[in-house]
Amino acid sequence: MRSSQISSTDSSKVLLLLPACVLLSAVLSLCVGAVAVAPGDIVSALFFGRNDTVAAKIILYTRLPRTLAALLSGSALAVAGAVIQTVLCNPLAAPNIIGVNASAGLAVTLACALAPMSAVATPVIAFAGALAGVLLVLALSEMTGASRMTTVLSGVAVSNLFSAAIDAVVTLVPDALSGYSDFRIGGFASVTMTRLAPAAALILVSLALVMTLAQQMDILALGTQTAQSLGLAVRPVRLALLVLAAALCGAAISFAGLLGFVGLIVPHMMRRLVGEESQRLMPACAMGGAALVTLCDTLGRVLFAPYELSVGIVLSFAGVPFFLWLLLKKRGGHAGD
Amino acid sequence: MIETNDLFAGYRGEDILRGVSLAFRPGEVLALLGPNGCGKSTLLKAVLGLIERTGGEVRYDGVPMARLSRKEIAQRAAFLTQSRTTPVITALRMVLHGRFPYLSYPRRYGKADYAIARSALARVGAAQYEDRNVGELSGGQRQGVYLAMALAQQTQTIFMDEPTTFLDIEHQLSMMETARELAREGRAVVLVLHDIPLALRMADRIAVMQDGHLAACGTPQEIENSGVIDAVFHVALHAADTPHGRQYYCMPQEEDS
Repeated sequence: MRSSQISSTDSSKVLLLLPACVLLSAVLSLCVGAVAVAPGDIVSALFFGRNDTVAAKIILYTRLPRTLAALLSGSALAVAGAVIQTVLCNPLAAPNIIGVNASAGLAVTLACALAPMSAVATPVIAFAGALAGVLLVLALSEMTGASRMTTVLSGVAVSNLFSAAIDAVVTLVPDALSGYSDFRIGGFASVTMTRLAPAAALILVSLALVMTLAQQMDILALGTQTAQSLGLAVRPVRLALLVLAAALCGAAISFAGLLGFVGLIVPHMMRRLVGEESQRLMPACAMGGAALVTLCDTLGRVLFAPYELSVGIVLSFAGVPFFLWLLLKKRGGHAGD
Repeated sequence: MIETNDLFAGYRGEDILRGVSLAFRPGEVLALLGPNGCGKSTLLKAVLGLIERTGGEVRYDGVPMARLSRKEIAQRAAFLTQSRTTPVITALRMVLHGRFPYLSYPRRYGKADYAIARSALARVGAAQYEDRNVGELSGGQRQGVYLAMALAQQTQTIFMDEPTTFLDIEHQLSMMETARELAREGRAVVLVLHDIPLALRMADRIAVMQDGHLAACGTPQEIENSGVIDAVFHVALHAADTPHGRQYYCMPQEEDS
């Protein structure tokens, strides 16, 4: 579907369909795995307190944390990507591309190398790292009056620098990060409810706050000067949105590792499906990101069972070709774009 | 009325405007003319508070701009910028954003806002596009939607930075006619233009800028008589009386001599 042809009705249909996709992906994630679990067992375990069966134990202690982690990280990274793209007025910007993920990862790695961290501290430190990364790119963009391409390229450079720093820390302090490869690729194999809870709280609060700023984001998307001339205090709103994007990225990375692509591809997919109005786009990104990551994680568990592919790998294999197909489709629809 | 007094402003510590004093009077179309880089757009941005002033002052109805919030400025002056993005939203939604300066929490547009936005779209002859995405519209139609957004701000003063650039002649004349109508309603309309004959024909007053200064300001007749156009643009300005009023054209100076 070409974005320019999105009608309000089409957009509403997509917004009604997305919760069903999220629910379906969550149920699949809970049911599918090395041991198949019937949907009835899920209902018993989750809603009637039945925790005495093997199925219930699998759901409550293994699958539920993993499913929630996939849902939350997908939502968080997709919304963070949409916010960053709006704030930087740059459709190529995404948390993994402009170095936000890598700076959050570096903060976590450094903190782990210096001292063992509690579950509460990890998302906070990842948030601080993500915030530092996003502010660095914003500062570079503002100081140089950078074009869209320069902003992305400076972000790519920053991202590479931070990734090299992560590698250096892990080389020098091998015990800094257990499950290092999982962390680099992104995955949920070691997620527990204890680890997830503080990050989940940060994600839910940040998502709610982003939704309250939807109107301002639409004004911001008109360009800095137009936004200012319409009475928007651009700088504080931009800063608030970047802080929220950093909180979302940092919290997600603290338990999911450096998941790539979600923050880039989901906002673009959703723009094509529901348009650019933030009041529709942000909920669509939250639901689309949740469903995509959860489905990819489930695929990773079943495709080569008993071996398991990390969700980051599946996301790349499934998400990137789909994204390229969308781009090519657009090019076919808009000669000379 | 908005007025500047000895205004200095620029970018990254370098002044582009150097001591501009100018009043934007209600009920008239003021055309800002000048070569590229002389500070026309910078003047509009400084008057709207979009860039920092380094000296002088801007007053809105006698009140220093520094005492006004960004929303208060937006309730007094609208700005049609030179570079415009094309968001994937409907024309009506776009025009509704003109009501943003009046929104308070929870920032939802009400029935009155929709009525004002639809009226603004009708005013620029774009009512039939209200449900179409802005990206689908032609350059002229899109310009109309942007103008409608500025009109929806319901301000006393409207600044337009090169509103006729890239428009075909029909849309250029339509844009200028809308500017004239707005002035007849008592608004101050300020246009940055590169088309000297169009400006001399349609504006009530012309301000000519050169190197950050105001080189001259007056009625089209006064500007024509002053020879400032020839001096600033290095052209020879000619005029001829026709059944359609006084018409202007510019020729290279060397061919004139």
